[in-house]
Amino acid sequence: MQEEIIIAGFGGQGVLFAGMLLAQAAVEEDKKTTWFPSYGAEMRGGTANSTVIISDDEIGSPVVVHPSTLIALNEPSLKKFSSRMKKGSLIIFNSSLVKEKVEFPGIKTVGIPATEIADRQIGNVKTANLVAVGAYLKQRGILKLGSSKAACEKVLKNKESLIKLNQKALESGYNFDGK
Amino acid sequence: MNKILSRPESLTLIQHSYCPGCGHGIIHRIIAECIDELGVREKTIGIAPVGCAVFAYDYFNFDVTEAAHGRPPAVATGIKRVLPDRVVFTYQGDGDLAAIGTNETVHAANRSENITVIFVNNAVYGMTGGQMAPTTIEKQKTATTPFGRDIKRDGYPLKVCELLAATGGAVYLERVAVNNIKNIMKTRKAIKKAFQNQIDNKGFSLVEVLSQCPVNWGMTPKESVKWMDDVFVKHFPLGVYKDI
Amino acid sequence: MDKNKILMKGNIALCEGAIAAGCLAYFGYPITPQNEVPAHMSKRMVELNRVFLQAESELAAVNMVFGASLTGTRAMTSSSSPGISLKQEGISYLAGCELPAVIANVQRGGPGLGNIAGSQSDYFQTTKGGGHGDYRTITLAPFSVQEMYDFTYQAFNLAEKYRNPVMILSDGVVGQMMEPVVIRQDKPQKQKHNRSWVLDGCKNRKPRLIRSLLMAEGALEEFNWKLKKKYDEIRKNEIRVETQDIEDADIILVAFGIAARVAKAAMKQARSEGIKVGYIRPITLWPFPENVIRDAARGKRKFLVAEMNLGQMVEDVRLAVEGKCPVDFLGRPGGGLINQEELLNKIRSLK
Repeated sequence: MQEEIIIAGFGGQGVLFAGMLLAQAAVEEDKKTTWFPSYGAEMRGGTANSTVIISDDEIGSPVVVHPSTLIALNEPSLKKFSSRMKKGSLIIFNSSLVKEKVEFPGIKTVGIPATEIADRQIGNVKTANLVAVGAYLKQRGILKLGSSKAACEKVLKNKESLIKLNQKALESGYNFDGK
Repeated sequence: MNKILSRPESLTLIQHSYCPGCGHGIIHRIIAECIDELGVREKTIGIAPVGCAVFAYDYFNFDVTEAAHGRPPAVATGIKRVLPDRVVFTYQGDGDLAAIGTNETVHAANRSENITVIFVNNAVYGMTGGQMAPTTIEKQKTATTPFGRDIKRDGYPLKVCELLAATGGAVYLERVAVNNIKNIMKTRKAIKKAFQNQIDNKGFSLVEVLSQCPVNWGMTPKESVKWMDDVFVKHFPLGVYKDI
Repeated sequence: MDKNKILMKGNIALCEGAIAAGCLAYFGYPITPQNEVPAHMSKRMVELNRVFLQAESELAAVNMVFGASLTGTRAMTSSSSPGISLKQEGISYLAGCELPAVIANVQRGGPGLGNIAGSQSDYFQTTKGGGHGDYRTITLAPFSVQEMYDFTYQAFNLAEKYRNPVMILSDGVVGQMMEPVVIRQDKPQKQKHNRSWVLDGCKNRKPRLIRSLLMAEGALEEFNWKLKKKYDEIRKNEIRVETQDIEDADIILVAFGIAARVAKAAMKQARSEGIKVGYIRPITLWPFPENVIRDAARGKRKFLVAEMNLGQMVEDVRLAVEGKCPVDFLGRPGGGLINQEELLNKIRSLK
């Protein structure tokens, strides 16, 4: 098994953090993993992405041309990476910020209003990244929700309130039933 | 019979290779005497520059290293930060300290590294054959200013004490000279104070010593000590620039 | 889950490896993509009551390392390509004064300011001198975050053993990526090295001198021969190389650092297609594992070298192969990682 995920969005949407969390969840499950960030000049406002690879075997390049999963938190990211997806891959997109109809032949697409859920259910719009990750966990079934919640504790160390907030976001995304 | 004069323990027996009338020998001796008097020879680490005084490492009877051109303040920083109880000093010429190493000098001063800097200013590059130094005065002829230093082309003589006085970190800056007995005694006092400051953990101290270079000035030693008074000191006024 | 396994960035692993090795002084200057190193060190070294200083330049930083090192203190600096160019003066002086030091290069694209992406274009600079004079720098090329940790840890002992600068030649990809790392729990292993050269004040001993200026007739020549003897000793003892499946191979892939990970993955894929591919990864770039490559150069084999530059290590491979086998090259300059599919196509074309 080798899963190659690109998480992309605006700078500031927490795509690096979301990737880090998935990589940490993979560590929790004793899987091999790499995380690689885009570290361009943009600190805020530009597009950012991180690549996470999860595998049972030794991982080669930490950068992939044709990923098996795309988590797109905004429309420019969806446009930028969708053409690179391989057959049979998965696209999770933030339907709060993507208004067009999303359809690609041979690719499974799942829309989730991550920003709205983060805003209304979690009370913090910044957690949209983990709402989308929660939906990913459910759709792919490679990493468990439990290990991702444990990963929150590792990555956020002693910040109790943030841990709870992010765990709640993961759960909301995971339990999203398409309505 | 009382012995009234002897070789300082901090100097080796090796004969200096400096030219007749050169000020380096006097300055070396002053440093050695001060280190002896302060009783710190066994915990001193000196840093020799690139330039005429590069061989200073042969003349001092304590641990010495030699740094790349202009880098003695950085090397001193490295030593002092890991061995704060040692006495660390740099010995640098005008090219080393005020041209290629200006950056290292300014920042060591600004960080107030607890080191002592002996800056020998003789208005010329000695070792390489008398080229223009950053401290060469206007209209002074050197191997690379055959028509005299042209301010328009070459810029102004760099005044290190005045420059460093503006840094927050320098605690003691004095300009002295070694062209007569009276000035030599003042130099001795200044250098001793610069070392005492370090022992007292006060921070960055620098003594700028105006020194004669008769060979590259094209003068006899006698003419050179006179030129120092008549001309050089007029451009580089002696005195304390900072003492806190 | 292994509790000692911690997810961290390559640049952080570099710091932690140095800290575990007992590095007592770090001097650095910010430059992307190694900024995490001075930032992390500024916290950790201070917490541990060790020396951290942000220098005014890379030149100053390497000379501060020179100063700390001549007192026998484990010291390190790091930078990325343009900054490493500035450090070359200091590296030459460290070599000339036979001082141990660890210098890490998290390579970015060049020449000039280039870009901030990972690159392997400083191979020549690192292995062929870099600074002036007849000297060598031991060079370790990590290809994972774990190796960033391990090699930096080991570099301090190597530096002290031979009284020679050691370079960690990594790149922006290895520096920026995160992977799980196993952290050492033991105390730093400090081998007993001769310290009779250290400057720390001449109490109860004769004064010492550390210099690289040797003006007396024949003195420098004698010193150069002494260095040669040391370098031969390093060549004899310290060559490190990873090989896989070279016995029955028709094509031998040679790559170092991050490019070697892509090569290894391409090799596996090629094998699954029935193409007999072997793999050689020089871990020490100097001393270069020329014997391993020379021994592998037999029969109707073909060599393929993959690097993130326009062809640097390939020259050393060609020297080692001595014309006995064809040596092909796939390079990608400008800070782009080698594409596995492209490498695989190249392998297929050589079949």
